[in-house]
Amino acid sequence: MKLKKNIATSEAGFVFNPATGDSFAANPLAADILARTKAGQEAAAIKADILEHYDVAPGQLEKDWDDLLAQLREFNLLD
Amino acid sequence: MLLSATRPRLTVAVTGLNATDSPGPGVAVIRALRETVDFDLRVIGLSYEALEPGIYLRDMVDRTYQLPYPSAGTAALLERLQYIKEQEDVAVLIPNFDAELFNFIKLEPQLRALGIRTFLPTLAQLEARDKLNLPAFGAAHGLHVPASRPLLHAGELLAAAEELGWPLVLKGRYYDAAVVHSLVQAEQAFGRLAGQWGVPLIAQQFVAGQEINIAGLGDGHGRALSVVPMRKLTITDKGKAWAGITLEDEALLALARRFAEATKWRGGFELEIMRAATGELFIMEINPRFPAWIYLTAAAGQNQPAALLRLALDLPVPMMDGYAVGKMFVRYAWDLITDHTQFQQVAALGEL
Repeated sequence: MKLKKNIATSEAGFVFNPATGDSFAANPLAADILARTKAGQEAAAIKADILEHYDVAPGQLEKDWDDLLAQLREFNLLD
Repeated sequence: MLLSATRPRLTVAVTGLNATDSPGPGVAVIRALRETVDFDLRVIGLSYEALEPGIYLRDMVDRTYQLPYPSAGTAALLERLQYIKEQEDVAVLIPNFDAELFNFIKLEPQLRALGIRTFLPTLAQLEARDKLNLPAFGAAHGLHVPASRPLLHAGELLAAAEELGWPLVLKGRYYDAAVVHSLVQAEQAFGRLAGQWGVPLIAQQFVAGQEINIAGLGDGHGRALSVVPMRKLTITDKGKAWAGITLEDEALLALARRFAEATKWRGGFELEIMRAATGELFIMEINPRFPAWIYLTAAAGQNQPAALLRLALDLPVPMMDGYAVGKMFVRYAWDLITDHTQFQQVAALGEL
């Protein structure tokens, strides 16, 4: 997963695409994932951290991860 | 040695005071001009009708004079401007209506002789970007524009739809447009638009996508000194932006720069762009003046009206790089309170 480099994210979970003017609201976990992605953290490391800190099965995490990717792609936020 | 911090006084005249639901750009231009650090400004409003709201914005407009309608011609306009010049030391005049530009451009030498500067496109530039000439303009400069054809009477609608497909966009020569999906709708829209704006109308191919506007300032030598793109966030039933946001997109900046380079555009301009799902950028319309949302350029860090003022006075203007991305405007309606005596003075005497 690679966010477009000009995508702005805020600690409050707002995501702004300056190329289109679109704004989105991310829930706290999605905001955390986006912030880490922007910071250059690999997907595997983020997933491992989520599995360690949240009560979620690996299969469910993969499914939710794919859903997030699909949404980000639809919103034109990924390279 | 004593230093003076006093800025030189300068009187500027501005048209387009109709800050209504389909606003003229004048009030926004004045608001931006008021932020100039170069001059201590006196602003003269030039109006056509007695109820243009800008006339009554007394903290923005120091005095207003009515002008004859553009249809009265250049002689009537010049006579009125000579009178205004006798009352006010107008140094720069900024017209803001498409329909009046022809007269002001024609009068440029006479205005200069009076001591009134303008910074306007040439007549050739004005006519080249006319809605009627847009396809040829696009072809000449390698710019994507939708196919279109002029319509002199409603009997041509069917042929236009067969050529351009449904839905069809019908546009008035200067203002207004309608998207129509059938011949019945097209005939109704033709009657309304032709009745209001005259013929020819323009039938234009419909392009689906994201609507983006770009405000720019050309130096007349091929450089766009400032370019600021904006996406409309809320649109009125007349298609006007009621809220908007500045964008960061190199393709949009490059397109506006290419436009200025190809045309050697002189003055303010607005490109109305449609970004198709493929990412292709179509120029839907080229407005030969600043748009009504022009204050957003100043708020974002590129004060285009203030820069145009300097250009009109032959003062240097550097290329403006960088602006605040994500800067928004939200328009609002506000009931100005005035007195009937002020309205009567404008309506009867043409001055306030």
